[in-house]
Amino acid sequence: MFEQLLFILFSVAAIGSALAVVTMRNPVYCAVSLVVCLFQVAGLFMLLRSPFLAVVQVFIYVGAVMVLFLFAIMLLDMKQIRFERLFSARSWVPYAVLAGIAIEFLAVIYGGGIDALMRVSSTEAVEVKTFGKVLFTEYLLPFEVVSILLLVAMVGAIVMVKRSKG
Amino acid sequence: MVPLSWYIGVGSVLFLIGVAGVLFRRNIIVVLMSIELMLNSVNINLVAFSQYMEDLRGQIFAIFTITVAACEVAVALGILIALVKSRSVHNTDEIDTMKG
Repeated sequence: MFEQLLFILFSVAAIGSALAVVTMRNPVYCAVSLVVCLFQVAGLFMLLRSPFLAVVQVFIYVGAVMVLFLFAIMLLDMKQIRFERLFSARSWVPYAVLAGIAIEFLAVIYGGGIDALMRVSSTEAVEVKTFGKVLFTEYLLPFEVVSILLLVAMVGAIVMVKRSKG
Repeated sequence: MVPLSWYIGVGSVLFLIGVAGVLFRRNIIVVLMSIELMLNSVNINLVAFSQYMEDLRGQIFAIFTITVAACEVAVALGILIALVKSRSVHNTDEIDTMKG
């Protein structure tokens, strides 16, 4: 019961702040509400007994990605876009796409018994030790590939920002 | 315990909000943030299924998703800064060099 209350708290806050991300005019407010939303998602990860992922979420998303976003917003001085007209789509296509995806999700969630897939009875958290063992043995190759991807992204970002100067 | 479909429902709602942001907003930075929102909702789904089916693979996949999202943000903001500095565009519909 307590867990369900926590779930409702986290998810209502997450959805509300996500709506704020999409509807706010000032990009700084959008970024701050995205930070709130990411914290709520970290809370949901805690409820799902994955404390390691929750910590990673806070470190990487809130600590690194959002700081990058705020840095870019401050650097580019986006005052003039504050006066963007919201929801000014002229064609019906975006609405149709949204409605299609929503119907599909509803059909998947309430049509077939997703809850029948639940197999779990244990409520113990996944230990970081087992997590690390699996990551560094079975998934060693993807791990290496991702680390190379990070290196390439870092070099690429530096090169692109540098070239625009001179 | 919380039923699995609640988590899937929250993930779907967050994903829909992200799609709406990408489709309706013009500000490039807000579009990028909406993409982050979508990636997060997918992570919720992955971790929920991983926990309820007692399979660690979902969580490992979520870690990789977070890493790739970090790469994506670094490259996208690099492109954005280069674009704004060279042509001073701020909205997605001003970028029409390729006549897309």
